[in-house]
Amino acid sequence: MQGALALPRSNGELVFAAPWEGRAFGIAVALNEGDVYAWGDFQRRLVDEIAAAPPDAAASAYYERWLAAMESLLLDYGIVTREELDARTAAYESGELDVD
Amino acid sequence: MSEGHSGGNNGEHHPEAQPYAALRTKAIESLLIEKGLISTDAIDARVQAYEQDIGPLNGAKVVARAWTDAAYKERLLNDGGAAVAELGFFGAQGAEIVVLENAPTVHNMVVCTLCSCYPWPVLGLPPRWYKSDAYRARAVIEPRAVLKEFGLTLDDSVEVRVWDSNSDIRYMALPERPEGTEDMDEEALVALVTRDSMIGVAKVSAPSLTA
Repeated sequence: MQGALALPRSNGELVFAAPWEGRAFGIAVALNEGDVYAWGDFQRRLVDEIAAAPPDAAASAYYERWLAAMESLLLDYGIVTREELDARTAAYESGELDVD
Repeated sequence: MSEGHSGGNNGEHHPEAQPYAALRTKAIESLLIEKGLISTDAIDARVQAYEQDIGPLNGAKVVARAWTDAAYKERLLNDGGAAVAELGFFGAQGAEIVVLENAPTVHNMVVCTLCSCYPWPVLGLPPRWYKSDAYRARAVIEPRAVLKEFGLTLDDSVEVRVWDSNSDIRYMALPERPEGTEDMDEEALVALVTRDSMIGVAKVSAPSLTA
């Protein structure tokens, strides 16, 4: 209904440019709503990651900053370890585990 | 995870290589599920909500209600979060929602200089330009020039106020009701309200008579 207003993807812009962006978004929000952390704890790390990005970095890199903020929070809180995260990433990369 | 199974069937030739960020996200998701901190359904629900349900149409309904119901407008300006919740819109990650009324003499526009804070329950997720370095930096330094690039030229007599959102407060502009819409009902008004007018980088226009 009502043309461009009907969906959040108004003005022809997709909310998420790739499926992983949506997953990264959903994980961060679901963890917050599950009281694993306060939103401000995540947001402060997002601010740091954005500040550390090269000037004029592509806006499309936004969710890479988002992912880095979430990873740093999970590591700092001891929720996951770098070792298990690296091992699991490698398993997906090698095809040992299927991404989808 | 057991180790030692390198060189599986698909190891050498993926149909399409996944970017590192996609692999990393998948790794995080699978570990959090194993640890019982999250479920696939919970993630799916959030993604689907922001892709399909939560967007500027929510804010447009809030604006149209405020234009047609003076008591609602007063509640909206006094306590934005409670007033948008009256219409069924929730989920500002614990942040307050503050609504700023635009008027012929005062124009409010919203930015998040540090990242991307935005009133999700009423506007959904921010457009790409809202997250850009250029908008975040320039909105506070030269708001009139930025507004002009959005096609909004304000008279020098209009005071421009720029509001910097953060994790505690998410701002939304309440645009002026355009002249010539006195006979329109709330539902018809909803269709006039644009996302950009609620960020404060545009005004709402009356429908063209030639349509």
